[in-house]
Amino acid sequence: MISTAPKPSEVIVPPQRHYLNAGYGVKSWLLTTDHKRIGLLYLASITLFFFLGGAFATIIRLELATPAGDLVSSENYNKFFTMHGVVMIFFFLIPSVPAVLGNFLIPLMIGAKDVAFPRLNLLSWYVYNIGAIITLYAIIAGGVDTGWTFYAPLSTTYSNTNVMATGVGIFITGFSSILTGLNFIVTIHTLRAPGLTWLKMPLFLWAHYATSLIQVLGTPVIAITILLLAFERAVHVGIFDPALGGDPVLFQHLFWFYSHPAVYIMILPSMGIVSEIVATFVRKNIFGYKFIAFSSIAIAVFGFLVWGHHMFVSSQSVYAGMVFSFLSMAVAIPSAVKVFNWTATLYKSSVSYQTPMLYAFGFIGLFTIGGLTGLFLAALGFDVHVHDTYFVVAHFHYIMVGGAIMGYLGGLHYWWPKISGRMYPEGWAKLGVLTIFVGFNLTFFPQFLLGYMGMPRRYHAYSEEFQVLNVMSSAGASILAVGYLLPMIYLIWSMRYGPVASANPWPSTGLEWRTSSPPPPENFEKTPVVTWHAYEFKPRDQAEIVGEF
Amino acid sequence: MSEHIVPIKIYLSIWLTLMVLTGVTIWVAYYDLKQFSVIVALSIAVFKALLVVLYFMHVRYSSRLTKVIIAAGVFWLIILIALTFSDYWTRNWQAAF
Ligand SMILES: [Cu+2]
Repeated sequence: MISTAPKPSEVIVPPQRHYLNAGYGVKSWLLTTDHKRIGLLYLASITLFFFLGGAFATIIRLELATPAGDLVSSENYNKFFTMHGVVMIFFFLIPSVPAVLGNFLIPLMIGAKDVAFPRLNLLSWYVYNIGAIITLYAIIAGGVDTGWTFYAPLSTTYSNTNVMATGVGIFITGFSSILTGLNFIVTIHTLRAPGLTWLKMPLFLWAHYATSLIQVLGTPVIAITILLLAFERAVHVGIFDPALGGDPVLFQHLFWFYSHPAVYIMILPSMGIVSEIVATFVRKNIFGYKFIAFSSIAIAVFGFLVWGHHMFVSSQSVYAGMVFSFLSMAVAIPSAVKVFNWTATLYKSSVSYQTPMLYAFGFIGLFTIGGLTGLFLAALGFDVHVHDTYFVVAHFHYIMVGGAIMGYLGGLHYWWPKISGRMYPEGWAKLGVLTIFVGFNLTFFPQFLLGYMGMPRRYHAYSEEFQVLNVMSSAGASILAVGYLLPMIYLIWSMRYGPVASANPWPSTGLEWRTSSPPPPENFEKTPVVTWHAYEFKPRDQAEIVGEF
Repeated sequence: MSEHIVPIKIYLSIWLTLMVLTGVTIWVAYYDLKQFSVIVALSIAVFKALLVVLYFMHVRYSSRLTKVIIAAGVFWLIILIALTFSDYWTRNWQAAF
């Protein structure tokens, strides 16, 4: 049988039995081992933290609308930008794509019933929430003010805010990240459907495999770093304090060994999403499939060799700085390989400009700006000029917000029919992506200029001449906030009122589109056998999907 | 996923070896071996860790994939140490030009 894409005139009948109606009670959710439900549990948790982190950002942008530090005291301002970073990075960005979309899609994409360790998967969600609750406690009990980077000696000796509680929260949540990564590695190795060889896998899976490697190999180091910090803070073991025989720069080495690759935990999964979206909406085989696949692995490995670019002015040896500078330039190559291959795929193709594709375009453009300014920062001399200025803030927001969150939202829209069984409203969604794009650039582009002009980050007051650009940035932030509220509202609305989605609405080639929307609890009626390549499309006028099924 | 049953005798002898090596570490600490004292202490520690990983954690009887993952972990530790020391060892170098 050849599955065909339904014409719009056909009435689509939703499946009788699917994972959402397999049980209704609270228990059926809180004790579920279904990877699809766990993905949704994560979605609920991280959305909460996204808006909490957004609330902190709102306070920051309100304060910076005027040059005088008039809204919050400098002590409280320190706490707000710290908590903005902690919440957004550890409790939203790192789990975002892997724990929500990765969880939901990896077993579907490889034709499996579930992940390799379903109970461990549920455990990871609980571990995440325990860490999250402890961190929430730290926030409510007065907050932290060390910056999300927790540099010694401020964190170990001088800060009298809730460093310990926040550290414990992040320490615990790290284990949920490790469990997710471990689960994905074993799942992709052992549960692929018959015929699905490594080089037939969708690029989303390659990206998640690479991400999982970073999670498993990197996260233990941040756990150890927090532990050492706690030992020094509590019982004055001399690790980072020179008076006790330690070295504060050692903290930065250990911290960035994890925290630079952590950026790839955020961006690699979104790159995987963009590959899927680009292929589907131009209906073409991805150009340079192998290059994109192996560049993910290359990023995972080489991403661990560049952390010293955060430490050029930390009294790190100049010679080490030169090595790290060179390696940082080199790690841009695999990222560029992806961008060039997506562009080559788009070349002479006919694109359907639906919402997920617009997000993908947003990702490619904004990630490129973020990546190129990263090269500026990897250059030793230029970094000395802009270190700890808004140039750095703008750079990493282009990567994490313009890149990672654009990809996340694009993926959420692209797979929403599969997740919810409903289509989102296309008109509102296009308005949403446009609002986000405009709001984002208005927020963060002025920050490049501010940083280049010398405005330092992490101060609640600034000199008069920076005000115009700061007002632009704050105005952009309010547009961006509307842009993020829109999808939340219409996606929830669509769960009840959206048009019923077919099994394969775009249509696309992946296995996840060859089962009902939403899928049954066991994903497939019978085990699929894969005979086609991930992106084998028929010409646009022939709607059928390649491959018997 | 084959279950390998390890005889209890092996566990006990590994445990005993670990205990003896702990004793050796303490005993050696009483001698001043100059620059070698760190090397000796670390060598004993690495050997003990190896025993734990191979026998108590069953890596010796595991699939090749598991071994590769463990090796990757060790390799990543080497990256961490090597690049960190690229800083510490060169901090006092004098500028050549
Ligand atoms: Cu970095």
